[in-house]
Amino acid sequence: MKSKGRNYFKILRAGINTTYQDLGRNNLYHIGIPFSGAMDKRNFQLLNSLLQNDYNSPVIEFAYQGPHLKYFGKDIFFCISGNVSFKIITKGGVIDGNSYQCYLLKNGDEVDIHSTNKSVYGYFSINGTFGVDYYWGSCSINTQAQIGPNNGNKFSKDLEIEIIDINNSFIKRKLDYLGSTIENIRVIKGTNYDYFSESSQNQFFKEGFKITKLSDRMGVRLEGPKIENIVDPNIKSEGLVKGVIQITSAGDPIIMLSDHGTIGGYPKIATVISADYDRLVQLTPGSNIKFKDVTLEDAETLYKLYQMETHNLISQIK
Amino acid sequence: MIKNILNLGDAALYCDFGSDVNQEINSNVINYFYHIKKLNLKGITNLTPSYNKLIISYDLNIHSFLSLKKKIENIEIKENNKLEKNLIEIPVCCDNNFALDIKRVENKLKLKSEIILEKFFSKNYFCYMTGFVAGMPFLGDLNQEMRLKRLETPRVKVPKGSVGITEQFCNIYTFETPGGWNILGNTPQNIFDTSNQSKPNIVNPGDTIKFYRITIDQYNEIKR
Repeated sequence: MKSKGRNYFKILRAGINTTYQDLGRNNLYHIGIPFSGAMDKRNFQLLNSLLQNDYNSPVIEFAYQGPHLKYFGKDIFFCISGNVSFKIITKGGVIDGNSYQCYLLKNGDEVDIHSTNKSVYGYFSINGTFGVDYYWGSCSINTQAQIGPNNGNKFSKDLEIEIIDINNSFIKRKLDYLGSTIENIRVIKGTNYDYFSESSQNQFFKEGFKITKLSDRMGVRLEGPKIENIVDPNIKSEGLVKGVIQITSAGDPIIMLSDHGTIGGYPKIATVISADYDRLVQLTPGSNIKFKDVTLEDAETLYKLYQMETHNLISQIK
Repeated sequence: MIKNILNLGDAALYCDFGSDVNQEINSNVINYFYHIKKLNLKGITNLTPSYNKLIISYDLNIHSFLSLKKKIENIEIKENNKLEKNLIEIPVCCDNNFALDIKRVENKLKLKSEIILEKFFSKNYFCYMTGFVAGMPFLGDLNQEMRLKRLETPRVKVPKGSVGITEQFCNIYTFETPGGWNILGNTPQNIFDTSNQSKPNIVNPGDTIKFYRITIDQYNEIKR
C-alpha cells in the first residue's frame, strides 16, 4: 500500500559513519569494487525479519555514535539491532529504547541514537522502504569509491531520508537477544603462512593482538608482536577476500573488511572464518583479539551452525 | 592451465597459474576468468583475476571447497574467451604540478626527465588486471632501464588521475587513495565512470594502452 503524503526523517545529527547498507554487490571484484554491504550480517538479517521487510531491504548502518533523527509523516514503526543505547523523544516525554523491539513513531517524534555499547555497528530501519538508488543491484554506500546513494557519501546533517513505502499490515514484534560475543577469532592458515618464521607463527596464535584506532569498513589494523617475514615482504599483487589477514612490511597484521581494496601485495598469514566475521567486525579499538587455528572442514561446519543459530533467532521473534 | 587450487579462507578458491609475471600466464588467467564468468555458475560471488592467480569467491550456503574445486578442475577451455582487445589512447600531462616524483625518478634512474618521459611514452602497455580501487589498471611492462622501487613512505593521498610507475609496472589512480608509486603525470580522462554501470571501466584486462603527452592547456581543455 502506498501511503499518501510525504514521509521522511530529517537528520539532526549524522553520527560518525552513517550509511545505507544491504547485502552488498557481487561479481565486481575484477573491476575493483568490493562486496560492501552491512558489516554485521546477522544483525542486518534480524532487523529486516523483526520489521517483516524483504530480506535484502536497505537499512541504516551506524558506527559508535548513531544519528539523531526527526520524523515527519504518518504513523510508522522503527527498530534497532545491535548493542545500542537510544532515546525516543515524543510529545509525551523521553524514553530509553531497547534493541530488537519495535516502537511507534508519530509526526514530530525523534530517535536519538547515542552509541553502540562495547561494539562498533548498529542498524536502524522501519516497517517499510527507504527511497534509495541502486548501483550494481545494491544500495550499499561505499564511501571510499563514492558508490551508492547520497553520491556515495556518508550521511550529513539536514539530509532527508525519504520513505517510499510503509507496510500498513505490520504488527509490532520483538526478540529477546543479548547479542553474541566470542573468545577467540578462528582462522584458517593463509596461502603465505610459510613466509613467516616459526617463532612468529607460534606467536601469532599464542599471543594476543590489540585492535587499533586505524580501523574502519575497509580494514582493521592490529598491534602486537611483530611478525617476522623470512621470505619476502611483498608478493606479486593478487586478489583479496574479506577476512584475509595480511602482514605489512612493518610486521603488523591488517584484516580486510567489507569495503577492502580488491588487490593486495602483502603476504597472507591467515583468513578469518566466515562464522566469526560478524563478531570480528564488532570488536572495538583497544580490545584484544586472539586467533585460533581451525581446519577448512571445521570452518565449513561452524558456518552451518552459525547460520542455524541465526535462523533459530529469527524463529524466536514474537 | 591452472597448476594448483588451494583455499583462501573458507569461501574462496585460490587458483595458481604460476609464479612469474608475463603476458602468457596472465592471458591464461584472463581466459579462465572470462570462461567462468560466462558459465554464470550459481553461488559464485566474485572472480578476481590478477597477474598469475584467479580467486573465485563463493557462497558457502551453496558450495563447499571440495565440490567447487572439482567443478573448476573439470573445466575444459578450447577457445580464447577474451572478446575484445582494445587499443586505448590516454592523454597524460607531465607538467611540474602533476609529475610529483620526477626528481626522485631522475635521481634513481640517473636519467634526465625528458629522456624518462620519452621512454615512457614510446611504448604501449598491456593491462594485466584492474582493481585495488575501482577501475585502477595495472599495466606493463616498462623497459629495464625504467624500473625502480616504490616510495619508501607511501603518500597518504595520491591525486585522482595520477599516472605512476614501479618495478615493471605502471598504473592510473582512478580515485584519490593512499599509494606508493612514482608519479610521472596526470590524466584528465575519467578512467572509471560510476554512472555507466554496464561498462564503468575504460581499461579492461587484455587491453593495450597508449599514453600520449599533452600540454597543460590541453589538459585544462579536456577537464572542462
